[in-house]
Amino acid sequence: MSFDVVASSRVETEDASPWKHTLQVGTQLGVTAFMLALVGILGMFNNRPIIVGVLTLAYATVGVTFAAAGIMVARRHLFTSPGQTVLAGAVAGLIAAAILSILPIVMSLINLRFIFVALDPALYKFLTFSRPTLYEGVIAMLALGAALGAAGATLVLLPDWLRRPLTGGLVASGIAGLFQELIRPVLANSKASKPLHDLIYTYTGMKLQGAIIVFVVGALAAVLWAKFQPLAKARIKEMPAGSQRTLRAVAMAVAFLLFAMFPLYAGNFVGQVFLLVGLFMLMGMGLNIEVGLAGLLDLGFVAFYAVGAYVTALLTANDYHALAHLSWWEAMPIAVLCSVIVGVLFGVPVLKVRGDYLAVATMGLGEIVRVIVLSDAAAPLLAGAKGILSIPRPNFFGLEMNTPVLLFYLALASSLVAAYVAWRLEDSRLGRAWTAIRDDEDVAQALGINLINVKLLAYGLGAAFAGLAGSIFAAMLGTIYPHSFQLIISINILALIIVGGMGSLPGVALGSLVLIGLPEMLREFGEYRYLFYGLAIIAVMRLKPEGLWPSAAKRREIRAERELKRAVDAELQSEGAKA
Amino acid sequence: MTASAEHTPTTSETFSGLHKITFVDIILWGLRIALLVVVVGGTIGTLIKGTYSTDQWLDFFLFGLTIGGVYALIALGYTMVYGILRLINFAHGDITMTGAFSAFFLARGLDRAGILDNYPILSMTAIMLLSMAVCTATALIVERICYRPFRHVASLAPLICAIGASFVIQHTFRGMFGNNVRSYPDPEWMKGSLYVFGYDIPVIQPIVIITALVAMLFLYLIVQKTKMGMAMRAVSEDRDAAALMGIDSNKVIIFTFVLGACMAGIGGVLYCFVYKQIYFYSGFIPGIKAFSAAVLGGIGNIPGAMIGGFFLGIVESVGPALFLDGIGIPAPYQLRDLIAFTLLVMVLVFRPQGLLGETLAKKRA
Repeated sequence: MSFDVVASSRVETEDASPWKHTLQVGTQLGVTAFMLALVGILGMFNNRPIIVGVLTLAYATVGVTFAAAGIMVARRHLFTSPGQTVLAGAVAGLIAAAILSILPIVMSLINLRFIFVALDPALYKFLTFSRPTLYEGVIAMLALGAALGAAGATLVLLPDWLRRPLTGGLVASGIAGLFQELIRPVLANSKASKPLHDLIYTYTGMKLQGAIIVFVVGALAAVLWAKFQPLAKARIKEMPAGSQRTLRAVAMAVAFLLFAMFPLYAGNFVGQVFLLVGLFMLMGMGLNIEVGLAGLLDLGFVAFYAVGAYVTALLTANDYHALAHLSWWEAMPIAVLCSVIVGVLFGVPVLKVRGDYLAVATMGLGEIVRVIVLSDAAAPLLAGAKGILSIPRPNFFGLEMNTPVLLFYLALASSLVAAYVAWRLEDSRLGRAWTAIRDDEDVAQALGINLINVKLLAYGLGAAFAGLAGSIFAAMLGTIYPHSFQLIISINILALIIVGGMGSLPGVALGSLVLIGLPEMLREFGEYRYLFYGLAIIAVMRLKPEGLWPSAAKRREIRAERELKRAVDAELQSEGAKA
Repeated sequence: MTASAEHTPTTSETFSGLHKITFVDIILWGLRIALLVVVVGGTIGTLIKGTYSTDQWLDFFLFGLTIGGVYALIALGYTMVYGILRLINFAHGDITMTGAFSAFFLARGLDRAGILDNYPILSMTAIMLLSMAVCTATALIVERICYRPFRHVASLAPLICAIGASFVIQHTFRGMFGNNVRSYPDPEWMKGSLYVFGYDIPVIQPIVIITALVAMLFLYLIVQKTKMGMAMRAVSEDRDAAALMGIDSNKVIIFTFVLGACMAGIGGVLYCFVYKQIYFYSGFIPGIKAFSAAVLGGIGNIPGAMIGGFFLGIVESVGPALFLDGIGIPAPYQLRDLIAFTLLVMVLVFRPQGLLGETLAKKRA
């Protein structure tokens, strides 16, 4: 499970020459922009204004791509003079723009729409900047590429005091434009902030004056942050350890409260999104025990979720398939128990299967569960493809939880319980046994760890959380179909654990916010969310395999490794100097 | 060589005569017996009931052979890559889809122009060549981005990256070609049947079986008789030693991916001509089944993948009628995928070295 076992000798490649690197960067980003257009993302983004009448998300994306070319070239510091760097940035941007311009040129020559569905007239209009002739459009694109590439390179070269407010302002207006659906209802709902809302937003997007205001505010904030953050950090460092800990706890609590209170103000759409985030967080906590702690890569996790949902449905629904008509609170513990039993039974056959074989074996098991649930053979009991209807909502001391926001609190409370259990387990004897079998199964067994019990406990506990999530899911939808329990859910959960950081509880929360919440919020992403997931998984694995918020143990490991590497490098250098 | 995916005998196996029987053993034995009861009981039940005629059994068998040939072709890609890199190319099914999906547009164009009807061999060759080219390109991109950076570390990272790549490929193609199911052309000459010994055989079946066999023979010759094939076998034995012998393992790895992708390109087109449809998610099911076939035959073993493919195809085609109908399960055909998945899990649990994987398992233990 560890990520650093050297299996074979490797050959280091030397750095490319500066202009070759420029060409590479330009080509890479050009191909990226080209693909974004080809799969239809740009076309879809073009319907989403960032600043009404001025800038759409699609132009912003293309612009960021070109600027990124300049930034990437300048960041490597391969050129000696600033003039050359800016020129290289412009060249990289120009190359990227040239590659993207191939698309409108080809589109003007032949109609490929019967193959590539995204290449419609709207995209052509977008790529040629609505100019009357292709010629003008391409020139405009190339000029934009060169200008933004140069601007990107310049941004890197600027002194800190100038760069900081610029990036701060750009990031702030970007966020304000992208997440307007999240911010607008909050501002519009209360009387006090309504004027602020009207100042910045219209009902379709951000106003130009709003963008400028946000830019200025963002720039100021960046400057102030740069000025006071080191001071504050020094002050905190001077404090005794005890109060440092309290401060951190208070900060965490405030952040958590903000997160928890948010859906109350932001309405039902946001509530729905947060409910999904909460459910996936809960399942993430469960899978984290299996994958993150015990190193058992399980792709059949969705089966436990399905068991939780189906048992709840069968015990509570107002449907002729129902076995009983319990309340949700009575059915939920039974559902969780059933999930645990299925989890253990699921774990028994694959006890001796390891590594990537385990992933495939569990995927097979998960698919078996789905095929059985879907089949006519099990239909008399599980209703087959029709699904089970009219599942009642939970009732909390007379309060029917019929809004997404209320159910979100149920999911959040369950996640908190799950997080507490997982947190207490992590450093327990059992948690250490899990970590041991993750790192080396044979050694763990030699040390007297009972592999069977420990592994089955991991499966069982992981399944318990998934079952609870499934139970809430059934109550949330009111109906369940076998189609809701596809392999893709298992992979979603795995993805959020990996992106957040394996074995890290805050990582799970962050991962579900980023992977579940973000695509829901940016509705445009909707169809392309799995593309985004795939890219996120690959990017995290290649750039930051420990995840966005690594666990404390992992962070220690990384630090130790880095120090070791530094020491070895120093040794090599001194030897080189001697020779 | 790797820490993962090995089936090293644990204490409980080594001293199986001495250790006490745990509930795990009981459950595993229960599984074995349940499976045996279903297979034997189902077979007897079906034969006694006599619902199916000899014609129908022959139909099932030939269809199994047909689809088995496709599985075998795709399975070769899994098995060769595993043999060289000890890595499950999780995206292989989707790579197969990319070729078949791209070739669909050529096939449709040729069909509309009437060329597919008038020059069947020429147009089929063109369709397959395009499919092979697209599969190869996709496979090389995946190798470059997802596998090469992890070539020198043994971990789950490449597998996870491959899962990501699988998503990216599916949804890139969905974005490019749309998300509706497209139907593959059905030329006149493919609709007919052959009469052999008084039986009706749809003409597509011998076409698929023969094409698959020819492709496999070709592959076998490449691996056994050419210099590159010898280098491949050397790298799969020991990469570092092969490097010391002057073999460029990078070239060999790329060559392996190309070979696997070409087989997948042919397999994907054949699969689509059998089932007559394609969409962006089409690669998953044949991919996972071909992987099962590769595991069944003993992963890393080339003849094993071929035999595993045909075996899986036949079991999956005959199985629902033979095993499940007999024990009184309604609509057994819906459970066809169940047979493939059960077979996969059972092989991984009870015999991870597969049918022919003896030598490999011994070597790595």
